[in-house]
Formats: sequence, C-alpha cells, structure tokens
Amino acid sequence: MFKLNSKTQDSLLFYILRFISLLVIFLLLFIIFILFKSAWPSISQNGIGFIFKTEWNPVEQHFGALAFIFGTLITSFLALLIATPVSIFVALFISEYLPKSASRILSLLVEMVAAIPSIVFGLFGIFYLAPMVRDSFSPFLKTYLGFLPFFQGPSFGIGILTASLILAIMIIPTVTSICRSVFELIPKHQKEAAYALGSTKFEMIKLAVLSPSISGISSAVVLGLGRALGETMAVTMLIGNSPNITKSIFAPAATMASVMANEYTDANNPQHVASLCYLALLLFLITFLSNLFAKSIVKNFSKMG
Amino acid sequence: MSKSELSEKIILEAKNLEAWFGDFQAVKGIDVSYHERTINAIIGPSGCGKSTYLRCLNRIHEEIEGTHVRGQVLLEGQNIYDKKIDVVDVRKRIGMVFQKPNPFPSMSILDNVVIGLRLQGINKRSTLLEVAETCLKKAALWEEVKDKLSSLGTSLSGGQQQRLCIARALAINPPVLLMDEPTSALDPIATAKIEELMNEIKRDYTVIIVTHNMQQAARISDYTSFFVYGKMIEHGLSSDIFTNPKEKQTEDYISGRFG
Repeated sequence: MFKLNSKTQDSLLFYILRFISLLVIFLLLFIIFILFKSAWPSISQNGIGFIFKTEWNPVEQHFGALAFIFGTLITSFLALLIATPVSIFVALFISEYLPKSASRILSLLVEMVAAIPSIVFGLFGIFYLAPMVRDSFSPFLKTYLGFLPFFQGPSFGIGILTASLILAIMIIPTVTSICRSVFELIPKHQKEAAYALGSTKFEMIKLAVLSPSISGISSAVVLGLGRALGETMAVTMLIGNSPNITKSIFAPAATMASVMANEYTDANNPQHVASLCYLALLLFLITFLSNLFAKSIVKNFSKMG
Repeated sequence: MSKSELSEKIILEAKNLEAWFGDFQAVKGIDVSYHERTINAIIGPSGCGKSTYLRCLNRIHEEIEGTHVRGQVLLEGQNIYDKKIDVVDVRKRIGMVFQKPNPFPSMSILDNVVIGLRLQGINKRSTLLEVAETCLKKAALWEEVKDKLSSLGTSLSGGQQQRLCIARALAINPPVLLMDEPTSALDPIATAKIEELMNEIKRDYTVIIVTHNMQQAARISDYTSFFVYGKMIEHGLSSDIFTNPKEKQTEDYISGRFG
C-alpha cells in the first residue's frame, strides 16, 4: 500500500468522519421528508384540524387524531407517575444502601428488565396483568377512589390502566439506571458535609443526593417518557384499541403507535395511509418536542448547580 | 500562649482508639486528651493515619464501607462509641471542616450557613439571619458576602468557600471543631485568613486540626501530636514539640530529615 503523507492522512480521516456524520443527519432529514411526503394527501385535506378531531372512521373516510394523542399522552403520563418514584427509590437503595457487591448485582438485574422484548411484556400483560387489574386493582380503586370520575365504569382488564402499568414496568429500568448514575456522581465530600452537620441518613439523602440531582432526575424521566410515547407492541396488545376519549382509566383506548401498528396492513385507500403517516409525523413531533423540553430543563437546572 | 493560660479542663479524650479499613489498621492505640478552648495540631508524614484518626473523633470514618473502629472517645466524659449514643447527636456536638471546600452546590450562601439549624428544626427567619451573621463574622467572611447572601455558595472563591464551610460548622455551635487539612487546597493569602480566624474562634471552641504544614502547626496550635504509621509518637505543648522534642523520630521529622 502506498504511504500517504501525514497531512493527507489527517485530512482524509477528517473528510471520512465528516461524511459519515453528515450521513446520519441526512438520514434524519430524509425520514422526516418521506413521512411528510406520505402524509401530504391527509395534511392537505384535513389541515391542522386533524389534531383536534376525535372521530376516526376509515370506512367513512373520517380521520381525526385527538383520541390517539389523548391515549398516547395519558398512558405515558400514568406510566411516568408510577415509574418515577419507584425508579428513584430503587436507584437510592442501590447507590446509598447496598454494599458495592450487592449493588452491582441488583443494578444488573434491574437492567435485565430492559432486555425483555416488548412482545414478552405484552404476553405477560395479557395473561397475567390484565386479569389482575380486572379482578383486584380495579375493585380496590373503585372502593377507595370511586368517587372520582377517573375510577368509575366497568373494567375488563384491557384498557388504559393496564397499558400504563406495563409501560411503567418497561421504563423503570431506564429511569432507574440513569438516576443511579446521577446519584453515583455525587462526590463523597458532599455526603460527608451533610453527615458532619448531624444529618440522619434520610436527611443526608435529601440534602446531598436528591437536591443536587434534580436536573439529572428530570432528564431520566424525560428519557423514560421518550420510550413510553413510542412504545408500540405491548401497548397495542393491552390498550383495547378503541379510539375513545374517556375519563375512566379502566376504559379501553388507543395510542398513536397502536393504531399505526393495527391498521397499516389493512389501509388500502390513500387517505387512510396518508392519515396514518400524518399520525406518525405528529408522534415524531411530540417526542421531538419532549426531548427539546427536557434539554431546556436540564440546562436551567445545571445553570443553578 | 504560655502553659498557665491554657485551660486545664479536658473536653475530648481518646482511649486506646484503633481504626481499620478492612484488614488494614490505620490507627493504632491512640491515647490523648484535649483541653477546652485550645488549638491542637496533628502532624505527620502522609499516610500516617492522622486524617483517619480525626475522622474517628466524630464517627464519620464508619460511613466508609468496610471500616471499623475500636476503643473509646470521651466527649465531656461520655463515650461517643457507646451503643446508647446516637451518632447524629455526636456530630452535632463535634463539627468538621474538610480538606476540600464543600458547600452544598444547590444552596445560597445563607442557606449553606444555616442548614445545620434547619436540620434541627429551627426555621424562624430572624433567628437564622442572626446566627448566619454571627457565624459569618466569626469565619471572617461577613464583610465579603453580606450584600449577596442569596447567591450560590459555589459562586465564591475557594478560600471564601472554605470560610463558608467553617461558618456552616460553627452555626450549630459544636464545642469541638475538627479540621482536616483545611488550607491544603488554598493559596497563602486564603490560608493566612483562615489561620487568623482560628485564633479568634479558639475563644469559644476547641479545635483539632490535621495539617501537613509544620509551620502552620507551629504558628497556630497550643498542642501538637506527631503521628507515624498510625501511632502517636509524641504529644505535648507545641512550644516544646517544635523546640525541644523528646523523641528522636519527632526531631528528625520537624528538622526535615524524614517525612
């Protein structure tokens, strides 16, 4: 092989790296372009009103996204509501209470949960979680919180609550492992400063671990949100796939991802296909905005710290 | 200060104190007593166990995984390692300033000073402000920060941060203050300020300071202990230790022949 002089070698490397990096950015733009192009027939016909219309009837050619946006947001929100405290507690237990050897094993086990394929969660949900929600959780919630409209109406086991629970289980490993690494970044001298002032362990955790970690925890939560918004398989199996906006968390619903997964094979007429692509574009926009939002929180908090 | 002016009252006493990291014994059978309102320096070559020893005096050594301590430390006659004693109470009475300034990064200057009081449930704003002013004055920081008490503690310079940490430790009014090489990360001017304020706080507090700087020990302390390999070789009035040490090893160390 002929030998390049060092200057050529360096600039060659630079151009190759730049080319590959640009390729990735190009890919992102290309996907957006294709989505936009495929969605165009629906965008031009329905306009921005697509977002605010609730009816979705492929047979009569009525397409509105609101029910799916609602389904996606409500399941993700409930999942975060359940997963965030659990993840913070698990991460605190791993980083502050367990001896090093045990903490390594436990964090490995928690991360293994993330390795379980989505479809397996779906099956677990169908055969185990859904009957449990129907027979135990729902009656319990109805008894104690039944005066609230969110906990009224029949529960078949398949619906918003079950989908949210499965989503929560799926994002716990992500949120836990980020929280744990945030907590482990806290310098030892900060914890000792708290101890030296006569803090109990609980006060030390509040003072030296949690309060400087707020930005880290928020970024963990938003990354979990990113996963929950787009999660498809398990949710599709558990949510009931009925495009309704209801108050009750026991009722079936549908998410943006679930309707795409359910209907893309049967979508024959061009308006239906285009509307599914419009939904895809919207889902992409929502995850994009939530990421942007997360970045801005992190920036504001890290300015403080 | 001549010996006759120093208090005779013993406030803190170590009895056959030993400390381990796993199997490694870092502190070996220390017996010493400290008089009220004195500055006590601990000197010795690095790795001699002087910091570990200091960290046994407020039971913070045990926060490191795999460590343990044997022996007694008597605070006003009461063994702080007694099973009936709550470690949290011990640390409220024996304050500590660390090698690296460590104000809480998410807190303002004011909050940093009064956090110890808040932990004790004192939340009355006028009380907190009063204590903050007194302690910041004792730590010779008041003039520099009085107009920006709500800025972040970490916005201060290193020397100011260390004085902030001293104010924070003083705010809960512990009779004993431990200092673990408090000036080793600071420049000479910041160091001089801290040495100066130590002379002031000695009126109200007993200070035990680990230092790698013999001149510092000679300048500020009433008593000095010399440690080698986890053992205390000699303890006595600083004026004696630095001019007329009893032990050959001490003499070699302070004259710069080893260490």
